[in-house]
Amino acid sequence: MHTTEITLEVNGETRSVTVRNADTLLYVLRDKLGLTGAKPGCLNGDCGTCTIDVDGNPMKSCLMLAVEVQEAKITTVEGLKYSSLQTEFVDKFAFQCGYCTPGFIMNANALIKQYPHANDMLIKEWLESNICRCTGYKEIEEAVKSALATAQTVLRQQ
Amino acid sequence: MIPYDFAYFKASTAEEAVELYQSLREQGKQPVYYAGGTEIITLGRMKEVYTEAVIDIKGITECQTLQLEQNQLVMGAALPLTKLQEANLFPLLSQTISEIADHTARNKITLGGNLCGNIYYREAVLPLLIADTDVVIAGKSGRRRIPLNSIFDERPCLEDGELLTQLITQSDYLGLPYYSVKKRRQWDVGYPLITVTALKKEGKIRVSFSGVCLFPFRSERIEECLNDTRLNPDDRIERAIQHLPKPISNDVEGSPEYRLFVLKNTLLDVLQALEGETYAHN
Ligand SMILES: Cc1cc2nc3c(=O)[nH]c(=O)nc-3n(C[C@H](O)[C@H](O)[C@H](O)COP(=O)(O)OP(=O)(O)OC[C@H]3O[C@@H](n4cnc5c(N)ncnc54)[C@H](O)[C@@H]3O)c2cc1C
Ligand code: FES
Ligand code: FES
Repeated sequence: MHTTEITLEVNGETRSVTVRNADTLLYVLRDKLGLTGAKPGCLNGDCGTCTIDVDGNPMKSCLMLAVEVQEAKITTVEGLKYSSLQTEFVDKFAFQCGYCTPGFIMNANALIKQYPHANDMLIKEWLESNICRCTGYKEIEEAVKSALATAQTVLRQQ
Repeated sequence: MIPYDFAYFKASTAEEAVELYQSLREQGKQPVYYAGGTEIITLGRMKEVYTEAVIDIKGITECQTLQLEQNQLVMGAALPLTKLQEANLFPLLSQTISEIADHTARNKITLGGNLCGNIYYREAVLPLLIADTDVVIAGKSGRRRIPLNSIFDERPCLEDGELLTQLITQSDYLGLPYYSVKKRRQWDVGYPLITVTALKKEGKIRVSFSGVCLFPFRSERIEECLNDTRLNPDDRIERAIQHLPKPISNDVEGSPEYRLFVLKNTLLDVLQALEGETYAHN
């Protein structure tokens, strides 16, 4: 078996783990590091439920090998720790079964950080990467827009 | 889960990648260059791609270049599509890329991967074909720069072990009038029914297609017909489609008849946009 001992920086912690080179990052996060926030959905890059943050960009962890992200900073939904975006999702009822929620949150979190003044077109372009089987799109959009408005207020006050 | 094992190597120069490839070959191994890796992972999971060693090319500086220099735009083959899209140095390419996959997937899918992959849409190649783009290829006998059109036959025809390192487009193509449209059967994300890109150079329209057949293509015969302004637009289009490669795709996205119907209307839109006239759809 081809394995490699790798060191990953996940949610601000350094974690060492031995992986098969063929293991996806999604599998390693969940089954080796116990971080089950990123969810397996299609495993094919289509649904976005496995989305995490790699160096500030949303990435589908089913489309990455764990061995290729050794120098990167990885954040999963566990690393957000009660962000205002998460509060907005609760307040706006932006989930039903909740399976898609971590993926939407990680994608929207990166959007807010990179483009706090994102317009409707940009929000649509980014969030199109995620699918909600319960079709809670309206509420998700409201939660993201509300978190963007909060981010803009914070920026104005700085 | 990918049901087989492979070795993982990370190359820091094109020479190193090519040498590694050759030496693995000599050991009887089946290596692949690994760019975004999205196709190797997703098709690998279904055993439609098999490899014994992946050579990661994302750390090769020349494959990550993106700059305008000496009247040409140099684009590294391992650039993620979003980087190219956001830099917007070649608006036709940016617009075409913005319709490939979805935003998050485009953070991983690379330009060279889209061109060299097995999934046959290869939509990013369309603007490059009509903008007379050159490719830089590293192989065991060194490096060569040649026109993409001269090695493109359904896909870039590389020899075993050759690595596409860069794509180079002359600056005078970057600002030409253009048209790019992706028609899907439904929704805003997904593979195309048809994708058409066009630009106008020295009064002549150039056009390239994906989704129409099982491979992307540009055809000079089609362009000649479309540019024959002695005829009315409908007749030009009727003549042009006689030169389509065969067969027209027939899949869940649409039947050949439906594709042709959409294609004719789309070509009318192309003529209208680039000739500045208003033509009525039938
Ligand atoms: C979710 C999703 C949606 C998609 N939607 C679209 C779409 O709408 N339109 C479309 O056109 N495509 C689409 N694709 C297909 C995608 O563009 C291709 O599968 C592409 O190959 C992925 O690029 P990559 O960089 O990840 O390739 P990789 O997986 O790294 O490589 C793919 C192949 O290309 C070879 N290769 C890569 N780079 C080079 C190089 N520089 N030189 C030589 N060989 C190289 C590899 O060896 C391998 O054989 C989609 C893919 C996914 C996962
Ligand atoms: S599980 Fe990764 S995109 Fe669906
Ligand atoms: S809340 Fe159920 S999939 Fe989105």
